[in-house]
Amino acid sequence: MTKAMSVAAKTKQIVKKHGNDKSGMIAVLQDIQETFNYLPKEALKAAAKAMKVPFSRVYEAATFYTAFSLKPRGKNIVKICLGTACHVRGASALQDKFERTLGIKPGETTKDNKFSLETVNCVGACALGPVVVINTDYHGQMTMKKIDKIIDNINKEGAQ
Amino acid sequence: MVNFTVDGKNISAPKGTMLLEAIRGAGISIPTLCAHEAVSRSGACRLCVVEIKKGNRTRIVTSCLYGVEEGLTVNTKSDRVLNVRRLVMELLLARCPESEVLQKLAKELCVEPQARFVADTDKGKCILCRSCVRVCEEVVGVSAIGLFARGPHKTVGTPYNEKSDACIGCGACVYVCPTGHIEMTSTGDKRKIWGRTFKMQACSKCGKFFAPADQLKFISRKTGTPLEELKICTECR
Ligand code: SF4
Ligand code: FES
Ligand code: FES
Repeated sequence: MTKAMSVAAKTKQIVKKHGNDKSGMIAVLQDIQETFNYLPKEALKAAAKAMKVPFSRVYEAATFYTAFSLKPRGKNIVKICLGTACHVRGASALQDKFERTLGIKPGETTKDNKFSLETVNCVGACALGPVVVINTDYHGQMTMKKIDKIIDNINKEGAQ
Repeated sequence: MVNFTVDGKNISAPKGTMLLEAIRGAGISIPTLCAHEAVSRSGACRLCVVEIKKGNRTRIVTSCLYGVEEGLTVNTKSDRVLNVRRLVMELLLARCPESEVLQKLAKELCVEPQARFVADTDKGKCILCRSCVRVCEEVVGVSAIGLFARGPHKTVGTPYNEKSDACIGCGACVYVCPTGHIEMTSTGDKRKIWGRTFKMQACSKCGKFFAPADQLKFISRKTGTPLEELKICTECR
């Protein structure tokens, strides 16, 4: 209950920051996701109320953009680019590699909550393809070897 | 009055009339699905296409959304129109093979299911025209439903597919849906829609169950009419 309260309260603050108005809806959703790492149901309900927008409209926006997640996600978000340029440079093999190494499929999160896997269609860095974005870092010219190294590094950092 | 021709016939209609109404008014039939008098137009189904000619340029437009224009030449049966309409119908049929409305319309338009469009099995009868969502927002004013997700995953429903506390059980969405996708069942004092069961109000005069209690409460709140006055069905009023 206290958690639900604090989610709603926090959401209200976020909506207020964006002018308590529906014109800031996408920015509000981005901020909610930034805060909670995903879009909790209570937050969407609270945001709809504060912006005076029907809950169904907010849910439409939240489900339309692939950048939004309705499920809790891991600490590290791995986005594999499957856009055309990355695809022809072997992005699907990289996807296989990530799936095998982490034991999850796109849209899923590892049991230890360390990694979530997502796929995107072109991140606008085609010349560097194949591209994998981990959190906010762009890794270009990705190879199988590099994947092992990156995952190792993140696991080590987590162990500190 | 605005003057123009449709299939070679001279027609005039008041300014602001949509081509669809003007053409039908002249006794020429046009198939439609999403145009409904209770909702604003969306141009979603694309069945009402016609070909228009201005100067020496021709193009395909949706007649339900195109206002009449002086001197326009409209063709409702050109090869181009028939081709576009057939393709639209084939795609709709592949999306909702089980919709009787679509089956019937396809038959009328001599359209058969096409092997190259693999039939969907998970879309029900919904063509995603958004009419139900519009009526719920524009006319009823509760916005209980929406179209969620995108692309091939897009579906109509309530948020999270849960029972909606915004829904008043009025059934306006069922009324405007062109394909019969939305299920509403009524048994005695209960009505079920969008996964929620509503209690029906019995008329205080004749005792007939005539409207969901939640709908009457909503109307009372909105219009300021005392609830007791609303508990009489239209026939007894
Ligand atoms: S349920 Fe009916 S009215 Fe609603 S979007 Fe689907 S086809 Fe249109
Ligand atoms: S296709 Fe991967 S960055 Fe453009
Ligand atoms: S009736 Fe015109 S697009 Fe559906």
